[in-house]
Amino acid sequence: MFVYFLKKLSVVLPTFLGVTLVAFVFIRMLPGDPVMLMAGERGMSEERHTELMARFGFDKPIIVQYGLYLKQLASGDFGTSIITKQPILKEFSTLFPATVELSICAMFLAIFFGLPAGMIAATKRGSTFDHTVMTGALAGYSMPIFWWGLLLIIFFSGILGWTPVSGRISLLYYFEPVTGFMLIDSLLSGQEGAFTSAVSHLILPAIVLGTIPLAVIARQTRSAMLEVLSEDYVRTAKAKGLGPKRVIGLHALRNALIPVITVIGLQVGVLFAGAILTETIFSWPGIGKWMVDSIFRRDYPAVQGGLLLIAAIVMLVNLAVDLLYGLINPQIRHTD
Amino acid sequence: MRKTKNLIAAFCGATMLMASMNAGAASKTLVFCSEGSPEGFNPSLYTAGTTFDASSRQLFDKLAMFKRGTTEIGPGLAEKWDVSADGKEYTFYLRKGVKFHTTKEFTPTRDFNADDVVFTFMRQFDKKNPYHMIGGGGYEYFNSMSMPELIKDIVKVDDYTVKFILNRPEAPFIANLGMDFASIQSKEYADNMLKAGTPNVVDLKPVGTGPFQLVAYQKDAVIRYKANPDYWAGKAAIDNLVFAITPDASVRYQKLKAGECHIMPYPNPADLEAMAKDPDINLLKQEGLNVGYMAYNTLVKPFDNVKVRKALNMAINKQAIIDAVFQGAGKVAKNPIPPTIWSYNDAIVDDPYDPAAAKKALEDLGVKNLKMKIWAMPVQRPYNPNARRMAELLQADFAKVGVEVEIVSYEWGEYLKRSKDKNRDGAVLLGWTGDNGDPDNFLAVLLGCDGVGSANRAQWCYKPFDDLLKKAKIVSDPAERTKLYEKAQVIFKEQAPWATIAHSMVFQPVRKEVVDFKIGPFGGNSFYGVDLK
Repeated sequence: MFVYFLKKLSVVLPTFLGVTLVAFVFIRMLPGDPVMLMAGERGMSEERHTELMARFGFDKPIIVQYGLYLKQLASGDFGTSIITKQPILKEFSTLFPATVELSICAMFLAIFFGLPAGMIAATKRGSTFDHTVMTGALAGYSMPIFWWGLLLIIFFSGILGWTPVSGRISLLYYFEPVTGFMLIDSLLSGQEGAFTSAVSHLILPAIVLGTIPLAVIARQTRSAMLEVLSEDYVRTAKAKGLGPKRVIGLHALRNALIPVITVIGLQVGVLFAGAILTETIFSWPGIGKWMVDSIFRRDYPAVQGGLLLIAAIVMLVNLAVDLLYGLINPQIRHTD
Repeated sequence: MRKTKNLIAAFCGATMLMASMNAGAASKTLVFCSEGSPEGFNPSLYTAGTTFDASSRQLFDKLAMFKRGTTEIGPGLAEKWDVSADGKEYTFYLRKGVKFHTTKEFTPTRDFNADDVVFTFMRQFDKKNPYHMIGGGGYEYFNSMSMPELIKDIVKVDDYTVKFILNRPEAPFIANLGMDFASIQSKEYADNMLKAGTPNVVDLKPVGTGPFQLVAYQKDAVIRYKANPDYWAGKAAIDNLVFAITPDASVRYQKLKAGECHIMPYPNPADLEAMAKDPDINLLKQEGLNVGYMAYNTLVKPFDNVKVRKALNMAINKQAIIDAVFQGAGKVAKNPIPPTIWSYNDAIVDDPYDPAAAKKALEDLGVKNLKMKIWAMPVQRPYNPNARRMAELLQADFAKVGVEVEIVSYEWGEYLKRSKDKNRDGAVLLGWTGDNGDPDNFLAVLLGCDGVGSANRAQWCYKPFDDLLKKAKIVSDPAERTKLYEKAQVIFKEQAPWATIAHSMVFQPVRKEVVDFKIGPFGGNSFYGVDLK
């Protein structure tokens, strides 16, 4: 298992280095520069522009800038935002728990409903349930997040008044964040109703963010289950007289889970991408919105640092998924 | 299923009811659904209105301040001031007994005085000041208002008297000091933080003399303020002020409807009709202090010919643009300054919309098969909510007079940079929102000879016009200045370096329980003086 881990890690490290280059070059390839954007319609003189570019170090050759950046990264410094003047790592770590909390809830929702829906649809292939699940999954997958979010807000918050419109907790509650996870912090605060408020604020954004992964997981589970159910060993298990629960739960599901786990791992990236829109609609203070704002402002250090940190997390999750394969199916770690 | 639904509804209803009851029992809290996070809390370092709303307009005061909801400048932290006969020395007599905020980081040991004024401006002006480079040393507003060239020295005469010595007379100087970048900071706080080795804390945890003081800020989520109990003009009517950061306009509206906030800025034009009909909402509106325009490049043929520019201006159906682009929430612009600004010359008659006359004029001038570019901004601004659509309408208008238009656009930073080029190909759509209510802030910045190759996108340097602006800048008598600016507007109309297009209306929906909220003429939001029923 350790060798298997090292093999996987040897792929992750060069990828990370590649990401530093992509993150660095990508933002600089966009037209416009941060200094010009800072001045806006007011503009600034050429001299002033040159002075500020030099102050931020953007006047140096790009290769020199990249070298300096790598050196800075090696010392664990992700840089300082040129807009807010705050260390990137501090901004990221302040906002990241909100995105993680939302993503975990969205993923929980997606797995909780997607897996059983896909399983049942596969075992009842061709039934009304199967058609309903597949149509729903297709609709969920095709739905633009922005539109879906607004629709839910208008219906559940505006018309029915069941859920709050946006934010992480009612403004009536105020406490210093301890972990950054609102569900935990609201419990720790001991304020009556704070936890309920945090939960009620989480419902709609989690549904919106979880919709696409739910659809993907349901479809993937169904297709993987159908494939496994037609395998010889499943037929043998049935012939041996094993009950449907045992056949599906023990023999079919375990093997069908491999591609499903791959998809779940890949959905982490989808969640981060979806978080950008979901966080904007629901005024959710996470890294998605922060990244978009940073791109619009050409805040080079923030975009570079943010991309790197997100990429690192996605890579780690995928590494964990790879390791999980090895645990679920030992054959994989021997053949890989 | 129905039972479950009812249970959920009952649970949520009870939660919300409890919340609103709690709110009723507590002190008065005004919630403003702001559109974004501030870049920071030191207004001298930034240029965004969102940042000013969160900082200077609640936390700080200036020497001279605009009367609420107007562009009229009056005393602030300076009770009065004198101007020397040559217009180069401004002596400010400071208000006594003004307290700075007491925070976790700082307990002031003295009242506001001249040291604070000198520190505030010297930080921006003097590159050797120990605070100059803290926070990056941008000071873009200070620089763009030409303060480094204008100010010769700032002298403390005594504890409550400060003298600004200028290199040249500058009539709009007092109005400039009412701007956000001139928010007065505490020198004592700055000194303490410098000694502690944490000078940047001054910009992150602000201490001002303003009506509210900062309690907490959670990026992209919420900013909490409480009323300054010692505010020199009297404590604010509300006890707490909360900015609920809500970037999406549709969501802001839903929050306003649900009572989750009291005031929201920048509504979607499409929502205005519903807002006007909503019994719980007052839809306030005011003419914006802005102008949207199309600047020809007057250095390039055939646009160097005033008759060509005048002919093209006659081809533009401005009312159609107001209807389609501003959805009615705008007003046709005939002058380069908005009607809300003093010295606006209402006697000027706009170029008529007359495509036939325009076509004939172009033919008479020998301008045939003219092809031109119109630059459409890639961003939305109050003075131009949809530049692409505006450019398309202009394209259709110009096609009627035989002018073929190609619409071009660039990324915003590039757009701003390239549009300054003296050899630029094409007419540029752009606009301006006033900073200080002074006509000089529009006319000199956007149309003065000094701005050619920079903010003067028409690249138009016309001596008779420029002479009037320069004279108006050194004359201190407002009546005389008014006459000069009125004349300048006549020349502008004759010379037509721009096609003036629109002044937008600013809409601000507020809930009915909000009392005495006034739309800021500069587009900002200030909550001192606002109350809740």
